[in-house]
Amino acid sequence: MTQDKTPLVEMRDVSISFGGIHAVDGASVDLFPGEVVALLGHNGAGKSTLIKILSGAYRRDSGEILINGEAADINNPRDAKKYGIETIYQTLAVADNVDAAANLYLGRELRTPWGTLDDVAMEAKAREVMGRLNPNFQRFKEPVKALSGGQRQSVAIARAILFDARILIMDEPTAALGPQETAQVGELITQLKREGIGIFLISHDIHDVFDLADRVFVMKNGRVVGHARTQDVTKDEVLGMIILGKVPPGATAGPGAMQMA
Amino acid sequence: MTDQTIPVAIKPASGARAAPGNPLKRFFQATEIDTRLLGMVVAMLLIWLGFHVLSDGLFLTSRNLWNLSVQAASVSVMATGMVLVIVTRNIDLSVGSILGFVGMIMAVTQTKFLPAWLGYDHPMTWILALSVGIVLGAAIGAFQGAIIAFLNVPSFIVTLGGLLVWRGAAWMVTSGATVAPMDTKFRLMGGGADGSIGATASWIVGIIACVFIVLSILHSRKQRKRFGFPLKPIWAEFFVGIASCGIVLGAVKVLNSYYMPVNLARRYAEENGIAWPENGLDIPLGIAIPVLIALSIAIGMNFLTNRTRFGRYVFAIGGNPEAAELAGIKTRWVTVRLFALMGALCAIAAAISTARLNAATNAQGTLDELYTIAAAVIGGTSLAGGVGTIAGAVLGALVMQSLNSGMVLLGMDAPLQSIVIGMVLVLAVWLDTIYRARAR
Repeated sequence: MTQDKTPLVEMRDVSISFGGIHAVDGASVDLFPGEVVALLGHNGAGKSTLIKILSGAYRRDSGEILINGEAADINNPRDAKKYGIETIYQTLAVADNVDAAANLYLGRELRTPWGTLDDVAMEAKAREVMGRLNPNFQRFKEPVKALSGGQRQSVAIARAILFDARILIMDEPTAALGPQETAQVGELITQLKREGIGIFLISHDIHDVFDLADRVFVMKNGRVVGHARTQDVTKDEVLGMIILGKVPPGATAGPGAMQMA
Repeated sequence: MTDQTIPVAIKPASGARAAPGNPLKRFFQATEIDTRLLGMVVAMLLIWLGFHVLSDGLFLTSRNLWNLSVQAASVSVMATGMVLVIVTRNIDLSVGSILGFVGMIMAVTQTKFLPAWLGYDHPMTWILALSVGIVLGAAIGAFQGAIIAFLNVPSFIVTLGGLLVWRGAAWMVTSGATVAPMDTKFRLMGGGADGSIGATASWIVGIIACVFIVLSILHSRKQRKRFGFPLKPIWAEFFVGIASCGIVLGAVKVLNSYYMPVNLARRYAEENGIAWPENGLDIPLGIAIPVLIALSIAIGMNFLTNRTRFGRYVFAIGGNPEAAELAGIKTRWVTVRLFALMGALCAIAAAISTARLNAATNAQGTLDELYTIAAAVIGGTSLAGGVGTIAGAVLGALVMQSLNSGMVLLGMDAPLQSIVIGMVLVLAVWLDTIYRARAR
């Protein structure tokens, strides 16, 4: 039913290569408002690279990106943020030596009328957002490096939702987390979905994301094998797409699909 | 400055003496005193006491401390910038040479160019010469910063090149000739009897500082109340306030008890029409102008570090350059601006040292890069990036200068002095490593 609307994000025939290696080769993916799309594939399949093009960390060699049906010019992370694209990186991209509030507002600090940093206001807002996300979080004054992996992840997620992201990219969002924190992230994703935010989940582990996702895109060797609604395929069929590039009947084949003999 | 938002927020276990929850630890927690900085102050006082005893009471005299404050000014100005450079995982080896070159240009400006245009001893000479220096220093810094940021040449190499280039350039300005004397007003920046503000003005400066300390405590309390954050206990606020004001006024008292030497005092009395009494005249020098400059720079740099976006970005870049870039920070521009700032600080340090010497020589500032880096590192700046404080760097500069003057007072040979300073540097960083390992 969402398919009738304009996609929130559409990446068409995007390619990038590093020194002769086609990390992403003619990949097309799309994402609708309030939808969770999982991007699956082995390590090195090109999924992280593809998504870094969307978030502005890499510049594409060719292809186009449409946001709400209009061509978007994304050349750096600042451009991406202008389109409401927020990314939570696999490597937990937080500045280790500053505190949670400073990380939440990094690059977009609140300032007093005199142009100085309004630390107190930032900390107050940080307490509010973190309280919604992770009520147990209390260590606001400490540098982020003193926090656990889960706490750092909640800082990264809080950072994204603080700025009213419309498109959220989560790269291995639960890889560094324990079961309880993973469940929390799951709840959070459901909540963000209700607010009409489109979410890309990137993972090499299908179990992490299959139940959360509405659709899956599978990548292999830099190409899109195919995509499917999660209700139309089984986990095993998707695994077949990831490992062999074999497209099951419920899925739509892409350029990277295994050629049937 | 009572708030410590970024640079040092780890509450340490405070050494071997403090078991969890004991009164000492609770005291440090309540007052939010940075124990690392306090440790440095204690170490410096121990060094002072040691020299005092070894020199038979020559070190802790108002005269020596006054001289110490003036001698530390130039390196301290540069160290405040060096902290931020090192925090971003860069280094600047060219500061001494930039000091030499910019000092030479400022000297030539005020002795050759400006007199030809304005005449000698024009009231605008010093400010024009200083402005030329600051603009030139900032331009040199920005140029080096641009090579580092946009051409991706490591800062170690760029500034190592700068060390040679600007030293050579300083020689070429006058083919190695020393330029002297400086403009009379310019000379005030170097201190001395004329370049000090006297007793009354010193007290006024001290009292203004105390008012600011009290106001900032009140402001921080009000802010914490506004957002319902936990407040410090009242006794802790009072303790910090009284202790800080006490230190400020004590320092003013010490600087005010250094009197003009007899012949200078006699000249001063004659110039001002004061009758020369039988047993001499005690005219306090008060705070020297270079010290005031260095303190203002330190306060300004502290503000820049803790209260502005620029300062926050510097620390974020030092902590995780990739995350900073991904957060949308223009990291390259921050680098360029930072090196430009460092260059401008070199120019101010150059003004202080040429004014103090009343001459510009082409060897001026030789080895200053090492003293500046050592001051920053002794002050707790981590060469791995991301960690450092302005106050620490100023203290580091004071420690370095204390060692220097102390050893001179003891009549130690110059080679032995270098050996001691080198060993102290390594020892200080080793102690800091142990401290950080404990704090974690």
